[in-house]
Amino acid sequence: MSSMFDNPAILRELIMDHYKFPRNKGLVLLDNYKNVHMASDSCIDDITVESLIENGVIKDIKFDGVGCTISTASTSMMSELLINKTVTQAKEIIENYFNMVEDKPYNPDILQEAISMKNVYKQANRIKCATIGWKAIRKMILESENNNE
Amino acid sequence: MFDVDKIRSDFPMFQNNDFIYFDNGATTFKPRQVIDEILKYYEFNTTNVHRGDYDISFKVSKAYDDTRNVVGKFINCESDEVVFTSGTTHSLNQAANYLKQILNEGDIVLTTLIEHASNILPLFEACKLKKATIKYIDVDSEGYISFDSLKSLMSEKVKAVSISHVSNVLGCIQPIKEISKIVHSYNSILIVDGAQSTPHIKIDVKDLDVDMFSFSAHKMCGPNGIGVLYAKKSILEKMEPIFYGGGSNARFSKCCDIVLKDYPEKFESGTPNIEGVLALSKAIQYLENLGMENIHKREVELKEYFIKKLKELDNIEIYNPNTKSSIVSFNVKNVFAQDAASYLGNKNICVRSGNHCAKLLFEIIGVNESIRASLYFYNTFDEIDRFVNIVKEISIDSVIDIFF
Repeated sequence: MSSMFDNPAILRELIMDHYKFPRNKGLVLLDNYKNVHMASDSCIDDITVESLIENGVIKDIKFDGVGCTISTASTSMMSELLINKTVTQAKEIIENYFNMVEDKPYNPDILQEAISMKNVYKQANRIKCATIGWKAIRKMILESENNNE
Repeated sequence: MFDVDKIRSDFPMFQNNDFIYFDNGATTFKPRQVIDEILKYYEFNTTNVHRGDYDISFKVSKAYDDTRNVVGKFINCESDEVVFTSGTTHSLNQAANYLKQILNEGDIVLTTLIEHASNILPLFEACKLKKATIKYIDVDSEGYISFDSLKSLMSEKVKAVSISHVSNVLGCIQPIKEISKIVHSYNSILIVDGAQSTPHIKIDVKDLDVDMFSFSAHKMCGPNGIGVLYAKKSILEKMEPIFYGGGSNARFSKCCDIVLKDYPEKFESGTPNIEGVLALSKAIQYLENLGMENIHKREVELKEYFIKKLKELDNIEIYNPNTKSSIVSFNVKNVFAQDAASYLGNKNICVRSGNHCAKLLFEIIGVNESIRASLYFYNTFDEIDRFVNIVKEISIDSVIDIFF
């Protein structure tokens, strides 16, 4: 991956950009979308994530709610990164993302802008902010797979 | 009069850490005297209470029972009106257990929107079970109860009013004595959550004329896992315990008949938190040596200074500038509370962010999340200066710095 993602100033800008201008924000509330309301992890962040998963492909992701910079930006990045990925590709990205925020070995090349969350593990109390939206999509992918079995 | 350096030297947490601790509403540090009492129990006196026919057990049992006198003098009640619990949450659940006994369908319980979950959730459950209704007394923007609202809601149907003495977010001290008069004029009972008042102001349950009153040791220099429920004897006689087991019964038969001990023992099933009780005694002694009036006076001085300094900044919104306590709730404009609190945490400043377990409070202050700085007598004006200087740096951009 390019060295762009090693530059703290750029990573910082990415977080701010996704916080101030979150992508895929606003729920569509359509019947064919699944949704997960993530409100029980902490009493602060309250985020709902929607997804449209068809034929093993994530066709769309939307989210809404209130959250801090990290939860908002990380969920926004997740949505951008996973839309139009196959479930198999998405699972690999998600696994690497969780490894990154938990300070375990990971493949940086597939995480794109989500790399900007790589230092969150240094603020242990914020790991849950950086994973709230990612847990929601992980849950919906798992459910989509179970429904297909 | 208040030798804060000497006071701080009693607290090992200050010797072992270098941070500004403004999260005393969550829990407080413990002086050496309290810690030593716990160690003494484990190193010299480990025995159960009220069981052993040997000296150490007798000695520990006596110290345990004597603590009821210490608590009784501290809040001005009789020693047998002191029930030891695991803390305010336990105490308030026990109080709600009594409501389950006395409520009937269609009855009303009054509370407010600023209550801590530990007060309001047990009320919800009691009301759900007995098909009673919860109604909310209006409060102003700093949490003070509206007497007009209280009077208009009171009726023969209102069986209990349950409120905090001091709000854990706004720090308003409710005029309990006046509230009690109104509540009692309808033959209703007044249950008071004293978790945030007992550590900071002189409590006199007789003068306040409350029917039940709860507090926790850990918010007043004592250990975790120990608290008190005070109740009037007329209630203690009728109230059924939550827990049944050893220590609380006098005898039982195979026909399932249970003869409970008298209060307060009937509420204390199982081996109690003995070291917690003994250390609570030391915590009370510590506070009484300082003097509750002195503690309150110092805290009000600290808060007034704190508010004055914060008001000099232009990026701060304060929700409770006027309440006479040591709690300051605020937000940095345009910055999510948790982002600001993490920034402070990164600078070795401990505060709490969020809704502080008072999840209905947003209806009063208009925001879901705030930063709470809660001070205690051992905090200093210098800490406030350092705090305010760092708050000055907080902005939507700077809160990201901690990740790089």
